[in-house]
Amino acid sequence: MEGLRLDIVTPDKVVLQADVDYVGASGVDGQFGLMPSHAAMLSALKIGDLYYRQGGATKWVFVSGGFAQIADNKVTILAEAAELAADIDVDRAEQAKARAEQRLSDPKPDTDVHRAELALTRAIARIRVARR
Amino acid sequence: MPSLKDVKLQIAGVGKTKQITRAMGMVASAKLRGAQNRIERFRPYAEKFGEMLGDLAARTEEAAHPLLQVHKHVASAVIVLLSSDRGLCGGFNVNLISTALDLARAKTDEGLTVRFICVGRKGRDAVRKTSYEIIESYGDVMGSFDFRLAARLGGKVSQLYESGEADEVYLVYSEFAGMTRQIPTNMALLPVTSSAKEEDEGKPAAECLYEPEVGVLLAELLPRYVNVQIYRGLLDNSASENAARMAAMDNATRNCDELTNSLTLLYNKTRQAAITNELIDIVGGANAQQSQ
Repeated sequence: MEGLRLDIVTPDKVVLQADVDYVGASGVDGQFGLMPSHAAMLSALKIGDLYYRQGGATKWVFVSGGFAQIADNKVTILAEAAELAADIDVDRAEQAKARAEQRLSDPKPDTDVHRAELALTRAIARIRVARR
Repeated sequence: MPSLKDVKLQIAGVGKTKQITRAMGMVASAKLRGAQNRIERFRPYAEKFGEMLGDLAARTEEAAHPLLQVHKHVASAVIVLLSSDRGLCGGFNVNLISTALDLARAKTDEGLTVRFICVGRKGRDAVRKTSYEIIESYGDVMGSFDFRLAARLGGKVSQLYESGEADEVYLVYSEFAGMTRQIPTNMALLPVTSSAKEEDEGKPAAECLYEPEVGVLLAELLPRYVNVQIYRGLLDNSASENAARMAAMDNATRNCDELTNSLTLLYNKTRQAAITNELIDIVGGANAQQSQ
């Protein structure tokens, strides 16, 4: 069976290039899965996790604010940040989570609540991916 | 004739200057390599992004998003000027600033209010001396910036554009066209003009699913596209800065060599002259004693 070609690209580097069997991602309208011969599609992604199966093994990736495109069995993920589960710095994510929670629990007039919420979402997603 | 001691001191001084310029040149070349690497790594993202947006823009109407709309009444322009934080890089900043001010003057002549957003201390200092208003300035960032800086700048200009406070946004940066060529460039940032649109015309658009619908997707993609353009400008600018500094420092080091050579020549001549004078004295003295 023909497989999928998965590219995960961020502004700083190409995070992953691999041949995979299945890609699961959380789009803004909900979860979706991509298998070979999927119709061409372009979807915005939520801050969260993405996984792919490669020869029976499932691997997780953290993706923040990105897009997924599939055409001709080529899956391209464009994200502002993406980290493989093994590369995630859990301590840093925990710290970011604590900071964001503190800012949200005690909002000052100049606190950017939206930004703090985003930071919290990112931190939680990172920790979740790392713990899989 | 200067004294021997003076010349010796001068030679030592030039030697020390040369050490500094050579060290700065080497630092700049190391940084340039880093900047070039970042450009290399960013290219795949920028290219895929361009493809995606072109693909999408080809399927949507002109007025699908505020960032695509050309304002009917154009009254103000914002110039984002990228420069460096430090000097000693030849004509790098001067060229950028004059490009930006030329653009500002041209826009003012068209009756537009021009305001600036400055990245880099040199550009900010120069614009401060003019009568143009600076909306925001970022100093000491060119040494270590990442995509977040571009995102912040992009967010700011998009917000200015959408709220109607700015009707045109330009980015002035130095394009890195090779080790010896840095081209000060001004690029129209907003409204976004999609060049991919024309290329794709005629080609039947392949069937494609969109999630969420095209308009919403475009609203997500376009602001990011602006960020990508700014980030590209920042990267080019930093590579150009270091290339310019490297060239300037190479020149300075070479000038030091020349100066040392001519000073050494002067030193030897002075020494020779002193010896000759002494000899004349001695010979003169001896002759005078003999003739007595």
